[in-house]
Parts: sequence; C-alpha cells; structure tokens
Amino acid sequence: MITTTLYSLTGLILFGMGFHTLIIHSHPLRKILAVNVMGTGVFLILVATAYVPLGQGDIDPVPHAMVLTGIVVSVSVTALALILACRVQETSNLALLKRRNQRKETKETRA
Amino acid sequence: MKTGTEIMGKIRNRHKRRDAFQLLFLILVFFLMALLGTIFSTIPVNNPGLASAVASLQTESGVESPVTAVLLNFRGYDTLLEVMVLLLAVIGVWSLIKAPAPDPETEISPVQMGVVRLLAPVMCLVAAYLVWQGSHLAGGAFQGGAILGAAGVLLLVSELPWLRTVPASVLRFGLVLGPLCFIGTALGCLFLGGELLAYPEGTAGWLILFIETACALSIGLTLALLFAGGRPHENVSRGDIP
Repeated sequence: MITTTLYSLTGLILFGMGFHTLIIHSHPLRKILAVNVMGTGVFLILVATAYVPLGQGDIDPVPHAMVLTGIVVSVSVTALALILACRVQETSNLALLKRRNQRKETKETRA
Repeated sequence: MKTGTEIMGKIRNRHKRRDAFQLLFLILVFFLMALLGTIFSTIPVNNPGLASAVASLQTESGVESPVTAVLLNFRGYDTLLEVMVLLLAVIGVWSLIKAPAPDPETEISPVQMGVVRLLAPVMCLVAAYLVWQGSHLAGGAFQGGAILGAAGVLLLVSELPWLRTVPASVLRFGLVLGPLCFIGTALGCLFLGGELLAYPEGTAGWLILFIETACALSIGLTLALLFAGGRPHENVSRGDIP
C-alpha cells in the first residue's frame, strides 16, 4: 500500500515538473528533456499500479508490457526529436531572427 | 534618446510580467497535480487488474512468462505497431540528416580496444540469452534489443567504423527484418487460421521465439543507428542532394 502510494506520488511529481518545464522554457532541448521526464513519471505510475507484494497473488502483466515497449519507443522518439531540433537549429536563419528581434526592440523603446 | 535608467526599468518590467505568468502557471500545475492526485487516490488498492485473466490463459499462450504472453500473444497487434514506430523513427532520422563523418585521424587507444574486445561479445551473448529467457522469465525482444543496441553504441563511441564498412543494403535489411517477420507471421496466421496473429495451436511458443529473435536484432540495430544520428554516407540514393 505505502509502496504504491510513494511510487505513484513520485511519478506524479516527475510528471508535474516535466510539464512545467515543457511550457515555461522555450529551448527545444529543454522541451525534449521535459517530455522524457514526463514519460518517466507516467512509467513509474504504471509500474506502481501493477505492484503486488511478493507472494500475494499474481502480478498484472499488462502495465509491465506497456512500460517495456514504451521505454524503447520513448528512446527512439527522443532521438527523432533531437535530430529535428538539430535541423531546426541548422536551417533557421539566425541572422534574420536577430535582426528582427533588434527591430522589435527599437520599436518598443521608441513607443 | 532614452536614458539608461529608463531602459533598465523596461527590462525589469518585462521580467516582472514574465514572473507573473510563471507564477500563474505554477499555480495551475499545482492544481493539475492535486486533481491527478485525487484521481489516483480513488483507484482501489490491490486492484487485481487483468492478472487473473492472463493467468487463466497462460497455458494456451505457448510461453510461461506472463509479460511475454501479453506482449506477443494477447496484445500482439500493439507490439507489431510499436516495432513499426521504431522503424518509422529511423526512416525519419535518415531522411533528415547524414551521419557525422568519423575523423579518420583518430587512433583508438589500446585500453579502449581491449574493453571493446572484452565487452562486445559478452553483450551479444547476454542479448541472445535474454531473448531465449523471455519465454519463461523476465526478458524478451525489447530487453535483448536494448543490450544489442548498447553493444552497437559501444562500437560507435569507440570510433570503430562499422557503420561505414557494413554495406548500407545489409543495414536496411537488418532494420526491416523484425517487422517483416512479424507481419509475415501475422499474415500467415490470417491465411491459415482466419485471424490476424491468432497462432495455430501448439506452434505459439516457437512462433513467438522466432518473432522475438528477429525483432531483437532489428531493435538493437535501430537503437544503434539512432545513436549514429543519420543515414550512413555511402548510400547515395537517386535524387539525393549531395
């Protein structure tokens, strides 16, 4: 009982932390990491719900199977997201963005 | 012309606005977590879930491990799609970027070579054992594939050019081997038994082992190639922009 609650609570906190970072920070790398942390929280909650103390009946294998495949899929999704972020960084016209930001700032200071 | 203090005030104002938004969002996240926490507290403890349902069908699944039975027999369709997701991720990465070229000048230190020589065969052995063990204990295609992928990553970080020496067609075939075997088995079951992934009686154990072996190879290769971060150099396909 206490084990399930503790792990569920930890998973919940991880999920909340990840969600907060995902919205607040704008850097793609932070967002990718945040999604990973959120996913870890969800996996922890899933495993915690399936937890049965030793010798008190059969485990529920369905959440275990879901987490097992979920981990590998999340790794591959992270890799794809990282490559996409790299491409965005490479192809985005940084000089143009900087000029635009400067123009916006001068407009704001004039107003 | 603005004075320095005015500009500083503007910057401070902007910071204040951002802080207010962050605080508001923090409160919202706390509310969300409180909501989720109350939802979790309503889930009955010692919920048996599907444990008894799986246990009652365990003898028919062809394997002794309940997790493997769920993965490849009861929820085989899900696993098939998850293997497809892995393949899609590699296709996405390969279509976006080329693998960074390794520096030919770098020399591998003898210590690192010794570690690789020692570890890589052991990792392959452990991966094979995990796949075999999947039928009766914890283990299976995904665990074995992860170990194989780690072996591939070890070779990559040791600057061993296996990505360049192995022909691209072999890599591509290895990537689709698992999904092809899985789909082939599923379609074979469809033609023989009338349902997708409904293994004929008595053959389930061997078919699961066959699928797991092929999938473990593909998953390992997928993970290693994702780590390599792009398509290999020598396969310049038609229409490729150099």
